[in-house]
Amino acid sequence: MTKEEVDRKWWEIGDFFRRNSLWMLMYCTGCCAIELPPAMTSAYDMERLGMGPMATPRQADVLLVTGYLSLKTLRRLIYTYEQMSEPKYVVGFGSCTINGGIYHDSHAVINQLDQYIPVDTYVAGCMPNTEAVMNGFIDLMELIKTKKADGWKRYHENYEWYKKNQLDSLGSIEVKDEFHE
Amino acid sequence: MSIGLSIIAGLGVALFGFVLQTSVAGLNRKVVARLQKRYGPKWYQEFIDIFKLLSKRATSHGWIFDFGVIMALGGIIATAMFMPITNNLLAFEGFDNFFIFVYLIAVGMLGMAMSASGSGNPLASIGVMRALTTMLAYEVPFMVIVLTIINLTGESSVSAIAQAQQLGGDFNWFIIALPIGGVVAVLSLMGMLGKKPFETYIAPAEIASGPMVEYGGKQLGMLFIMHEITVFIEVSLFVHLFLGGAENIIIFLVKYVAVYTFVNLISYVNGRFKIDQVVVFFYKWPLLLAVIQAVMAIYLGLVI
Ligand code: SF4
Repeated sequence: MTKEEVDRKWWEIGDFFRRNSLWMLMYCTGCCAIELPPAMTSAYDMERLGMGPMATPRQADVLLVTGYLSLKTLRRLIYTYEQMSEPKYVVGFGSCTINGGIYHDSHAVINQLDQYIPVDTYVAGCMPNTEAVMNGFIDLMELIKTKKADGWKRYHENYEWYKKNQLDSLGSIEVKDEFHE
Repeated sequence: MSIGLSIIAGLGVALFGFVLQTSVAGLNRKVVARLQKRYGPKWYQEFIDIFKLLSKRATSHGWIFDFGVIMALGGIIATAMFMPITNNLLAFEGFDNFFIFVYLIAVGMLGMAMSASGSGNPLASIGVMRALTTMLAYEVPFMVIVLTIINLTGESSVSAIAQAQQLGGDFNWFIIALPIGGVVAVLSLMGMLGKKPFETYIAPAEIASGPMVEYGGKQLGMLFIMHEITVFIEVSLFVHLFLGGAENIIIFLVKYVAVYTFVNLISYVNGRFKIDQVVVFFYKWPLLLAVIQAVMAIYLGLVI
């Protein structure tokens, strides 16, 4: 076996572990977040898939963006995303993250999440029901298996483009830290 | 046994402890899930979690951060090497003194504290501070009870204490012989394992899992391994000191699983104490009970 083949084998073994143990950081911004409690408790029992909530971005594998994002929150979201350790995945919830949803003409809300950070899979609906959320996670696992969940790689490759979009909308992506000024 | 063989046997004990505790923790996730009317993950989920963490890239926050993790894991493995599993199955014959565990386990804990503080995150420092405070709280009543046992048996070697209980004769299992002390020991064990209501230093929703806040990827994986081995040491100590140790490995496994599951089940119906409540609690009831038990056992000779 050549070195590339060995590397690929290792990566596949790693993918098996990564898709069976997805720890979520729930960035609960909008109303879609209400679908998460039934997904986690006895009705749908997300832990069966090896998923569980995590308290900090360093430990999490999946970033759940649940709903609309105001410009202020987006800044924090980008910070949070960049702190996560790779490989990392993003799931966008509801029409708000896809095209702005019912807030599409608001001056304070962004319309397409994909312009700012790479999204691996979307869960459609306003709000998506819990089955759709669970299906979204199964899709994510399938994408990891077929090596298509490569958002974190795309973020490296197209960093200039993402950075430009972030700056265009936000002016600056520095987080103003009121506590330490 | 030659020293080389002993070291290999010791590493074997540490590995055995890791595999055992990780499986038991996985099983316990299923037990708790059933308690909450859920189905629960696979029993080997904990292994998947650990291997996943080891397969991820991780950020470093300077060499103290990285070195502390290695020191913590090394310290805990070194402690586990001295742990007797059954009466005859111990790596370093004659070196299973209780105080060796007390001192060596601190190396692992301090490594973790050093590394967490090295990350520079204020939540990590708060978590470490709370962990050390909790340690100060549960150690005192636990020590009083263990010193009582050492006084009664005249032995401080863990396997000798276990054998003293098995021989019948003078002593019953100490959880029965010293019933009040047994209660104190269970409470202290819950504090040691960081089970609710004493999990103040992890407090995921409050201080973002405390000392662990800056860890991700490989370092977190190593800390998970360290945590599993720590739990193995603490639960096995309880089994040997209070439940009469084990004549063979089956008995050890049964006692081990029973103790861990029992503590875990109590934990899942509790809330969480604030840190000052933890200290006040441990210095009030368990300490009082421990002292009463010590006086009763040593001066009045009331041992069942
Ligand atoms: S998609 Fe609908 S339910 Fe979800 S956050 Fe937007 S408005 Fe709320």
